[in-house]
Amino acid sequence: MNNEQRDRSIAVSIWLMAILVIAPLFWLLSDVVQHGIGQINWQFLTTAPRNAGRDGGLAPILVSTALIVLVCLGVSLPLGIGTAILLAEFSPQSNSWENLWGRLVRLSLDVLAGVPSIAFGLFGNAFFSKTLGLGFSILSGGLTLACMVLPILIRSTQEGLRSVPEDYRRSAAALGLSRPSVLWTLLLPAASPAIVVGILLGLGRAIAETAALIFTSGYVDRMPTSLLDSGRSLSVHIYDLAMNISGGEPKAYATALVLVISLVTINGVVSWLGAWFRHDF
Amino acid sequence: MPTNSISPILQTQNLSLCYGKKPAFENINLAILPNSITALIGPSGCGKTSFLNCLNRLIELTPKYQLSGEVLLDGEDIHRINVVNLRRRVGMLFQKPNPFPLSIIKNLEFPLREHGIKQRQQIDEIIESSLQQVGLWQEVKDRLQSSALSLSGGQQQRLCLARAIALQPEILLMDEPCSALDPISSEVIEDLMLHLRNQYTLIVVTHNLSQARRIADQVAVFWVKDQIGRLIESGTTVQIFESPQHSLTNAYISGRKG
Repeated sequence: MNNEQRDRSIAVSIWLMAILVIAPLFWLLSDVVQHGIGQINWQFLTTAPRNAGRDGGLAPILVSTALIVLVCLGVSLPLGIGTAILLAEFSPQSNSWENLWGRLVRLSLDVLAGVPSIAFGLFGNAFFSKTLGLGFSILSGGLTLACMVLPILIRSTQEGLRSVPEDYRRSAAALGLSRPSVLWTLLLPAASPAIVVGILLGLGRAIAETAALIFTSGYVDRMPTSLLDSGRSLSVHIYDLAMNISGGEPKAYATALVLVISLVTINGVVSWLGAWFRHDF
Repeated sequence: MPTNSISPILQTQNLSLCYGKKPAFENINLAILPNSITALIGPSGCGKTSFLNCLNRLIELTPKYQLSGEVLLDGEDIHRINVVNLRRRVGMLFQKPNPFPLSIIKNLEFPLREHGIKQRQQIDEIIESSLQQVGLWQEVKDRLQSSALSLSGGQQQRLCLARAIALQPEILLMDEPCSALDPISSEVIEDLMLHLRNQYTLIVVTHNLSQARRIADQVAVFWVKDQIGRLIESGTTVQIFESPQHSLTNAYISGRKG
């Protein structure tokens, strides 16, 4: 049975390739879990770092990271989804000039989505920290991250809205339904999988970025008291412990594990929100 | 045109449509009588659907269209009527059933709320009565919260009909409402149309000549001449099918052309 053998060998090689791709991921995760799990306890999560981070915990860093993420989402979500709605729903298509405009915007967003994070870091430093006078602060960091997340979110949302079948819009129009309510009740929920993907991709990119945050939210590992305080994010902390502090490796692993768990949790929460918004539960 | 002492509920005068530079149809003069079923028949591509879209100004969703002539609803130019009001009075059913991806009850509730009906009791009454009128009430009354997309094709089309009827329109525009359905569902919809005639006025685009013969009171025959759609003949069903005046009408209904 030459055909059967061939089918089987193809199946085996495809599985091998899949394993080859997933294996390093598992190895990486298990390495982090192995080295980090021993140090995770309630104390670790609720006390401040001591001895430049070799001892103590993560509390101020968790707070700073959370604040940076909140600032980022608070700015990028309304701005990103709003811009995408504008581009997808309200750009007139009849005029070829407008079409050119649409194409230019799309191209710019696609290019921006690929710009390395250090470029965003330098931009954030120049604009938010210096020009706007925010200095090294959580606000600076959050706004810079928002710049990184926006292109991905806008494109993803725009594609999601464009892929909603035209039928819904036509029957809604034939029923005399207003555009804002159609958007809120029909189009955005139908596009919510794409929006969720956009948020997760953007957020994943943002949280894991060290370079952008070093230049904007800074290094300080004390508990922040306001958004204008400098604050250290999880990724920056890992970088510092691993590269600059001798003997900081154990804590670096522990912090990495906390970062991975946070990402998985955020992933789950955002996906659930997306499904709920789509009336899909 | 049949002369009647009843004044038409909808009337077009010299209606012509172009998409950009390409003309779709020209000089359509048609009068629709109230509480009747008018079938628009003719081969594909002669502008029947475009014509229908002009009657509730849905054509405005298409870019680069140019419309000239008049459409009068109860004597009033539809371009002077507020478009939301117009579309409440002139409802539409599409060829492919397209309920919203929401629950059955939300499908009906959403348009009602949009048009200002907010009281829970009133909404429930209208929903029940609309679903009764389309014969869906018994089938779905115990699962109003389930998704509209879980219904069969015929049920979905009836739901879309209920959704349009819930707004208590005067006219229902139907664009080949049965062509995407199986024969049994088609029959159900056809029977419905005959019932609905008592309360509403129906304008139906159909490729199915026997269907037109079965249900229509008036028939309007469209044809393409010089690559532009035209209305070549209109009259009662009996007139069109038994004694057509135009040679093309004769050819079409006997299956020789189109």
